[in-house]
Amino acid sequence: MDLRYTPEYESFRREVLGFLRDHWPLRGADAARPQPEREALFRQRATERGYLYRSIPTKYGGSGQPPDILRSNIILEEFSRAEAPGELSSQGAAMLVPTLLEKGSDAQKAEYIPPTLRGELVWCQGYSEQGAGSDLASIQTRGELDGDEWVINGHKIWTSGAHESDMMFCLVRTEPDAGKHAGISYLLIDMKSPGIRVGTLMQMTRSEEFCEVFFDDVRVPAENIVGKRGEGWAVSRATLMHERNLIGSSDRMRANFQALVDLARKVERNGRPAIEDPHVRQRLAAIQGYVATQVYLGHRTLTAVARGELPGIEALMIKLNSTNIGHQISKLALDLIGDGALEAPSSVVYSPVDDGEHASWLGDYMWSLGIATAGGTANIQRNIIAERGLGLPRERAANLGPQGPTDTG
Amino acid sequence: MDFGLSEEQRLLQETVRGFVTNECPLPRLREIYDGTSDFDDGIWGGLAEMGVAGLLVPEAYGGAGLEMLDLALAIEVLGAGAVPSPLLGHALATVAIVEGGNAEQKERALPALAEGGRIATVALGEGNDRWSSDHWTAEWADGRLTAAKHYVTSADVADLFVIGLGGGGLALVESNASGIEIEAVDSADRTRRSSRVHFRDVPAERLERPVAGRVRDAGLILLAADALGGGWQLVQFALEHAKTRQQFGRKIGEFQAVKHQLADMALEIEPARALLWYAAHAFDHIQTDSEQVAAMAKAHLTDRYAQIARDTVEIYGGIGLTWECEVHIWLKRALFDRAWLGIPDVHRERSAQLSGW
Repeated sequence: MDLRYTPEYESFRREVLGFLRDHWPLRGADAARPQPEREALFRQRATERGYLYRSIPTKYGGSGQPPDILRSNIILEEFSRAEAPGELSSQGAAMLVPTLLEKGSDAQKAEYIPPTLRGELVWCQGYSEQGAGSDLASIQTRGELDGDEWVINGHKIWTSGAHESDMMFCLVRTEPDAGKHAGISYLLIDMKSPGIRVGTLMQMTRSEEFCEVFFDDVRVPAENIVGKRGEGWAVSRATLMHERNLIGSSDRMRANFQALVDLARKVERNGRPAIEDPHVRQRLAAIQGYVATQVYLGHRTLTAVARGELPGIEALMIKLNSTNIGHQISKLALDLIGDGALEAPSSVVYSPVDDGEHASWLGDYMWSLGIATAGGTANIQRNIIAERGLGLPRERAANLGPQGPTDTG
Repeated sequence: MDFGLSEEQRLLQETVRGFVTNECPLPRLREIYDGTSDFDDGIWGGLAEMGVAGLLVPEAYGGAGLEMLDLALAIEVLGAGAVPSPLLGHALATVAIVEGGNAEQKERALPALAEGGRIATVALGEGNDRWSSDHWTAEWADGRLTAAKHYVTSADVADLFVIGLGGGGLALVESNASGIEIEAVDSADRTRRSSRVHFRDVPAERLERPVAGRVRDAGLILLAADALGGGWQLVQFALEHAKTRQQFGRKIGEFQAVKHQLADMALEIEPARALLWYAAHAFDHIQTDSEQVAAMAKAHLTDRYAQIARDTVEIYGGIGLTWECEVHIWLKRALFDRAWLGIPDVHRERSAQLSGW
């Protein structure tokens, strides 16, 4: 164990700091451009320097650097310290691009990856349906090949951001006679296609990113399939454990915890700052212990990846540990704001760090439930830990179809 | 930047694990547990032979010259096996002498302790949760000591005591001095039994530097290490049980309620491994953090251990409540780890203060 960086990495860090000093915030005429343009321009320069989209080849708009997770981590640390724009965390950049790199055709990569990385092509994820949540592979939205076009009929739900998206990557049942998992294909659908109708759903915070999408004889070019017919399930699973998911996950939590401590200093209990209250101190210190587990768990997985080792059961725990802790943070915040919880939640946040006001913490409390559900509910995460990590028997699925493989949650 | 174990550290754990399997399997553990003493010559001799007794002692004094992380890794494995031994008190006494002793004291005491030929222990608490050096009342004057210390482990086999003094100093007392009376406590944890020890006007030598805080931090880390090992062992026991025990015609591990409880148990303990590594590493390398993170690790891990012990009994059902079932041995170790050197609440409050709150 040695928590220092070698001289080679320290010199790389200085190089990154020098770049940030010169390029963020933007200078001269560039500084007057609107914010999205400034961010896009900075991302482009940072990519040219080899700092962003490192695993993506230059011909697709990445910087094509050799894998080096320690360098990636240094970039992440310094960019976030400088509050400089990092890689887009959109569903397109985070989920579709790695999927296309692994499973897409050359034409698909060339057409979709560069504009997605530039933020010009916005994607939504068409996975969940009303009857297919945790049991995602039971989707019913159908696609039938008619000449050189797929004809899609069905209904997707919880489709975050669909109302503002250009394209959807979508799981569709194209082989009704094959097994549950083997009957699914992965299609890319233009959201402006005739027959698509998007409705928004109001969330408990009163924001409206959630959508539902209805398909009524929507026609999609046959070549918009990623992988072969019936391979959609495997395509969608290909990038779930992508390396990027293993780093940087505790930064936001640390910031949130610090905001919680600040809140405890600000609000009062019995006429004194709440942070002086023994009960509040105990709860804060207990949460601090959990936050520390997540921070050092992050260091540990980072090292495992850097050493080329396969992470063990601990890597399966990152998400549930994180959501559990996030929930503890917002629960204590709720107690600290006291009757402030009678106000309506802020509808725009997941960011108590930005203003720390009551409405924002309440929004955080509600959002922490959403974070716990997205990408697999807490109970599904427990199944994954129990089955893959501890080797406990799988639940028997009652709907595997003719030749379904085992369920992978 | 490398936050992981070295090959040597993995090998150390493998070696100790092999030793536990051979020298302290469950039947042997039970014999000691139900016997009249928690001291076993074979176990102590084996630990000494592997160099564990002198792991932290510098090579110049015949030790292995390793670091707190190495010792914590060994203690973790011994905790998994619930191995009875005087190692905890012995290791803390060596920390006291290595960090607090003058050259002459080190030369005199350390070689025999490193080699395991002599056993040392620490006498710190004074009962009623007086574990903090602020609360100690032991009186030392002109080379004589009078004190009543409580929950002293391995007092019956110790050759040397390191005693916490009023005002926060530490002193050495040879066990053959006259004026020492040892009153055995009927201990819950029969793998680490303790005693009340009275020192009445006994000859005592002060350690040169007051390092009670370092001894406490070392103790907090080693208790946390024991909790990590023991907690995971309980998860393993519960898993084995869930994979074999049948009810309603199925293995109970197929029931989601049981699966989820096991997942939660593992989730409580495994992420804390990295916290323990950091606390042990900080003890030797990161002074600014070491005190706070040791307090945090003890509070966090020993609470997790105790909760996992409860959950394990629940998964076992009726049999889990019996003396015959091994789980209670670990449950009582969890209670020891929680209470010795102060309960988690005490260290959370310290951690809060040390965090500047």
